[in-house]
Amino acid sequence: MDRDSRDRTDDFVVTNDFVVKVATVNGTGSASANGMLMQAIFRMGIPVSGKNVFPSNIQGLPTWYEIRVNKHGHLARNPDVDLMVAMNPKTYEQDIAEVRPGGAVIYDSSWPLDEELFRKDVLFFGIPLSHMCVENFKGDRERILMKNIAYVGAVAALLSIDLEVIKGMLEEKFSAKQHLMDSNNVAIRLGYDYATEHFDCLLPIRLEAMDANRDSVLMTGNMAAALGCVYAGATVGAWYPITPATSLMDAFRSFCAELRKDPETGKNLYCVIQAEDELAAIGMVLGAGWMGARAFTPTSGPGISLMNEMLGLAYYAEIPAVIFDVQRTGPSTGMPTRTQQGDLFTIAFASHGDTKHILMFPADPGECFYFAVKAFDLAERFQTPVFVASDLDIGMNDWVCKKLEWDDAYVPDRGKVLSAEDLQGMDAFYRYLDVDGDGIPARSLPGVDPKGAYLTRGSGHDRFGRYTEDGDLYQDVMDRIARKIEGAAEALPPPEVRLVDGATVGLVTMGGCRGAVLEAIELLADEGITLDFLRVTGFPFCTAVEEFLLSHDVNIVVEQNRDAQLMRLLLLETAVPKSKLSSVLDYRGAPLSAEVVVGGVRDRLGLVPVEAG
Amino acid sequence: MTQTAKPSVRHPRLKRNKLGLTQRDYEGSQSTLCAGCGHDSITAAITQAFFELDMPLHRVAKLSGIGCSSKTPTYFLSEAHGFNSVHGRMPSIATGANAANRDLSYIGVSGDGDSLSIGLGQFCHAIRRNVNMLYMLENNGVYGLTKGQFSASADVGSRAKRGEENRMSPIDPASLALTLGASFVARSFSGDKKQLVPIIKAALTHRGFALVDVISPCVTFNDHEGSTKSYAHTREHGHEVVETDFVPILHEIQAQQDHGSTTAVTMHDGSVVRFRSVDEGYDPTDRDAAYAHLKELQAKGEVATGLLFIEPTSMDLHAFENTVDQPLVDVPFEKLCPGSEVLAELQSRWR
Repeated sequence: MDRDSRDRTDDFVVTNDFVVKVATVNGTGSASANGMLMQAIFRMGIPVSGKNVFPSNIQGLPTWYEIRVNKHGHLARNPDVDLMVAMNPKTYEQDIAEVRPGGAVIYDSSWPLDEELFRKDVLFFGIPLSHMCVENFKGDRERILMKNIAYVGAVAALLSIDLEVIKGMLEEKFSAKQHLMDSNNVAIRLGYDYATEHFDCLLPIRLEAMDANRDSVLMTGNMAAALGCVYAGATVGAWYPITPATSLMDAFRSFCAELRKDPETGKNLYCVIQAEDELAAIGMVLGAGWMGARAFTPTSGPGISLMNEMLGLAYYAEIPAVIFDVQRTGPSTGMPTRTQQGDLFTIAFASHGDTKHILMFPADPGECFYFAVKAFDLAERFQTPVFVASDLDIGMNDWVCKKLEWDDAYVPDRGKVLSAEDLQGMDAFYRYLDVDGDGIPARSLPGVDPKGAYLTRGSGHDRFGRYTEDGDLYQDVMDRIARKIEGAAEALPPPEVRLVDGATVGLVTMGGCRGAVLEAIELLADEGITLDFLRVTGFPFCTAVEEFLLSHDVNIVVEQNRDAQLMRLLLLETAVPKSKLSSVLDYRGAPLSAEVVVGGVRDRLGLVPVEAG
Repeated sequence: MTQTAKPSVRHPRLKRNKLGLTQRDYEGSQSTLCAGCGHDSITAAITQAFFELDMPLHRVAKLSGIGCSSKTPTYFLSEAHGFNSVHGRMPSIATGANAANRDLSYIGVSGDGDSLSIGLGQFCHAIRRNVNMLYMLENNGVYGLTKGQFSASADVGSRAKRGEENRMSPIDPASLALTLGASFVARSFSGDKKQLVPIIKAALTHRGFALVDVISPCVTFNDHEGSTKSYAHTREHGHEVVETDFVPILHEIQAQQDHGSTTAVTMHDGSVVRFRSVDEGYDPTDRDAAYAHLKELQAKGEVATGLLFIEPTSMDLHAFENTVDQPLVDVPFEKLCPGSEVLAELQSRWR
């Protein structure tokens, strides 16, 4: 968006509305420095987001971190960089080119910057970071690490970040490691003092403390989802490490290590198994689910592909399971450290044969927590796999979220599970008999009562659970399962709908696109284009989704994949005619920006851009 | 095929076990395997072993993958919970089930295709985790349901029904299990119920992964001349069986019985498995010696049977994971959910 559209003070300084991008080398410790920068801004009470754009690499490849500050709370990615902290000579050229006119670049002036790289419309701040770190620290590793902290100090000085806030963070982080705290404090001052002493021209951007984050915390979607698993009472987790889902199980393990020890014996009230592959991971989840435990697996696209056969088994044998699909770009290995919403088709109908799965699309870490709990309830109520489909951006980046709340009156929805007394009181128990007419039969758990025994199977079975190759008996069960899954549509979290007077066009989206789409709606409203908003939160689609689509002349579906998977799924699963649907797609692997949505909507509606005043 | 109910005639004087159940109570539906199939003999041995161990039926979980062998859980313990899963993936289902409920008795039934080809990875990793279960590998060297392809356990020089000869070296589940650190490895022959029943009982008593590899001839696809896993091949060496083809290293394994020159191994629950080495000096608690002996016999074209190796005090999955003694499925929700106060405290750190 044009910079001129931003609020400016008389001296042409923009307050709390800009983007800082840090370009570094992977594996040099910059991630924690960047996180610190973002956290400091958060603690100043200012709405902020941080997007880690990192390579599939342990050390050496270029990596970036984008911090967006926005007093209005628009925290989607914004590629319009005001301040570039260029710490990686290998990417100087592209990094400097990305800075908007009037913006600024901080670079390490220990070595001269190539003359050709200078731009007249950009301010350059050279700081001899490497030299200062060589002089002040010993050993290669510390010199490299502290260079990151030193640029944090410099940025703090240039943006007027309260140094006390940063010092407080260092104290919390290194309270047990005095040596590290000392080094960090020295490094912060190096950058801060150098910038204060050498630069008297101010940046055209500035921070000013606010009070917007009082009820918020910083968390990643994977942390939140893991916490949801803890609170839902999940006891068995199985997984195979995969970016960007790994940190979910890491978080579950560390929460459990703290919160799930038996007070008497010190033993674990959970079991996490690192499987040999995703086939085994989902198998373990099904085994545990069959036994009656709440079990889950976190994975990403390649894992989902491997799990397909088992997912069909779970669907057909009717075994609860929760799968977190933290999506990344596909197909195949794709770009493993880049985000996407490309798994919709594959999870909606995972497995050969006729299946249809319950899906949930959290938009942020907060929803990752609540949807995780809900996923276990739905999985048990409907006796089927439930997918919580987030993505790398939600899963791995720190988001400012409203504090999570927990209702201590919560009771897990275990669905129709028969106790020994229930079973004893029955004439006969048949696992797949639809007694209540809602498509959901009752299940018995192994070991509870001899009367509940049956043989569950992925092979053809009739409503009594007996093996069959009789077409009618097979179809009877398949039809009943279809009915059962349809019933889940209204049990899912309701979609988010925002309506404005007179709008005939709807913007439809899901998951992590939410922020960019809502921002785009505001920007377009400034141009006089009114748009309604629908965020789909689950599948099968509920009637509210269909009604929204039918009641708008045009529905533009914004999503992050090439094939318009959400739009096509809507076309397939609702009564909306194709003529009412179009798409805005961005599948380059970066979190969505409002700019893309605005451009796309203008294009779909045949409008020309309105020049901002 | 649809199932045929077995006649429910019961002899009034059938022997009853401590639970007051007869062996008929431990049976399942009628087998749909070919008449004479080795697997049916194994099913009978399983039935007898569970009966003799006085095992409560509903406290048993029986699992399988895909293949002829994997059909058999339907044919025993009809009042036990069963799970007929997908091809080669039974070990992971059993692992998850065991993680959730450690108190049940687990029996997994698999075949050589299910365990040694499509499911080799899961088979190996269940051994590594020492999942507490009896793993019955009904080994016939051939794919039955798809009509006669070689399996990975087919011996070099063995001929398929269509005439071609296998030249690739076989995967021997017993020696593989030994190298992977298995805590219980046994081998038997489906036709030797006398040997098989005590082995199954010992395997069920063992805490940890108990592999029982059972040579089980396929009467339809691997019972012809040239096959090394046929009845005929066995009978041909019939008089020599004891001496050559099936050499029982330990030919008697019986709980709580004295056999004179026997050695006793105390199991985790205090029960005792006694055995007598046929080969002098053989020590089934010495992994390296067991492996060497297995290979030595194999080089002579002989198949070692009996309880080959046992490590009664190994750590199982739950010991590795340090889980509570109570089955996780029985832990009440109140002990699992930390509540709102803890949530608030946790989040105070996320600022």
